[in-house]
Amino acid sequence: MTAIVDYGVGNLFSLISSFSALGIPAEAVCDPAMIRSADRLILPGVGAFEDAAKKLRESGLSEVLKEEAAKGKPILGICLGMQLLFEKSFEYGEHEGLGLIPGKVTAMRNRVPDSLKIPAMGWNALHFVKESPLFRYVKENDCVYFVHSYSAVDCASDTIAVVEYGEEITAAVGRGNVYGCQFHPEKSGTVGLSILRAFSEL
Amino acid sequence: MITKRIIPCLDVRDGRVVKGINFEGLRDVDSPVALADYYSRCGADELVFYDITASSDGRRIFTEILKETAKKVFIPLTVGGGISTVGDFDRVLKSGADKVSVNSGAIRNPKLIPEAARIYGNQCVVLSVDVKRVGNEFRVFAKGGREDTGIEALSWIKNGVESGAGEIVLNSIDTDGVKQGFDLEMLEAVTEIVDVPVIASGGAGSIADFITLFKTLPKVDAGLAASIFHFGEVKISDLKEEMKRAGIPVRILD
Repeated sequence: MTAIVDYGVGNLFSLISSFSALGIPAEAVCDPAMIRSADRLILPGVGAFEDAAKKLRESGLSEVLKEEAAKGKPILGICLGMQLLFEKSFEYGEHEGLGLIPGKVTAMRNRVPDSLKIPAMGWNALHFVKESPLFRYVKENDCVYFVHSYSAVDCASDTIAVVEYGEEITAAVGRGNVYGCQFHPEKSGTVGLSILRAFSEL
Repeated sequence: MITKRIIPCLDVRDGRVVKGINFEGLRDVDSPVALADYYSRCGADELVFYDITASSDGRRIFTEILKETAKKVFIPLTVGGGISTVGDFDRVLKSGADKVSVNSGAIRNPKLIPEAARIYGNQCVVLSVDVKRVGNEFRVFAKGGREDTGIEALSWIKNGVESGAGEIVLNSIDTDGVKQGFDLEMLEAVTEIVDVPVIASGGAGSIADFITLFKTLPKVDAGLAASIFHFGEVKISDLKEEMKRAGIPVRILD
């Protein structure tokens, strides 16, 4: 079973529906025991980094996620869930993440030209920088859907895909069994569903 | 680069898709779930569902249809119509919407946009505005374009963005249903004053109208239309191929 970690951040309707459309058993769970017994974990999230990181810490789920990651269980962070995998975020201050992937999360506004709108919202084409089983059903230039104002930097050695938005933006990372997508696979049509299917086969 | 979005709009009443010509004279088109699924497979980048029901029973049916759609269609869904409170945001977001569009509700309650933006984030709040020329100014209209509110549109839109709207849908009543092209003058005026995404609505009659829109106004992010898609006058796959040929960044499905 795939556990979609429910820590009170964001809407899980589309994620649950995506797995159900794929015929893959998945459920939203907040109970540590169920997270430990799951075959793989999805860490979703929308909203502010600080608030989400605090909820993970206070519910004790941070430790559970770190332990499960260390055991080799496949984990996929999505959007803010991906950003939480990193060591730090500089969204309104400086906040600690799970530290499962080296790197940090910073504001795109300071990095991309003023003519580009932030949040970056819409479909953008994936460019692979490294082979990854997550993209086994996806082609170079396939488009996926983004809504974000911050993105990961200083993580080149674990970056598996980028998109172009004024500069190269980290679109997906993979480090061992830990993966992250800045985009929303559950909102990226058949391309997105095939990424979730690939993750479910890890 | 982020692609230009093509967005079919589905007006839903009593569980069916309808489309008005100049907001009057509604015609039945199809099942919303089937039509949404069809558009997604044709390459629509996003869908807008407008609830044009007046009754609470109709609202319940709409919410059910939204859920059914979100279980089948995995592209962004924006929902509007009858959004007056943060509770309405909650209802449609829990039923599968990704963004919520406010129109008259924001006129009646100036706190709606800032409250919703605080809870759900700016990216979730879309300000939809029906605008018509009155004398020498752009004026906001309410009640499906029937009532002149007396509010000047550009300051209303600027204020909406400052209070938390993360996207603008600009419906020009002057060009809506006329099929002679988008209201480029009105759209340009809006893109000059806001830095959030702007969706053009009202007036598309052909593929060429979309090409003209994106070529003339590169700051416009998306084009929205209803009847020309519903009645097959413009096929989304053909439209996107033409956009690609014209050098406009676009998402093409295999």
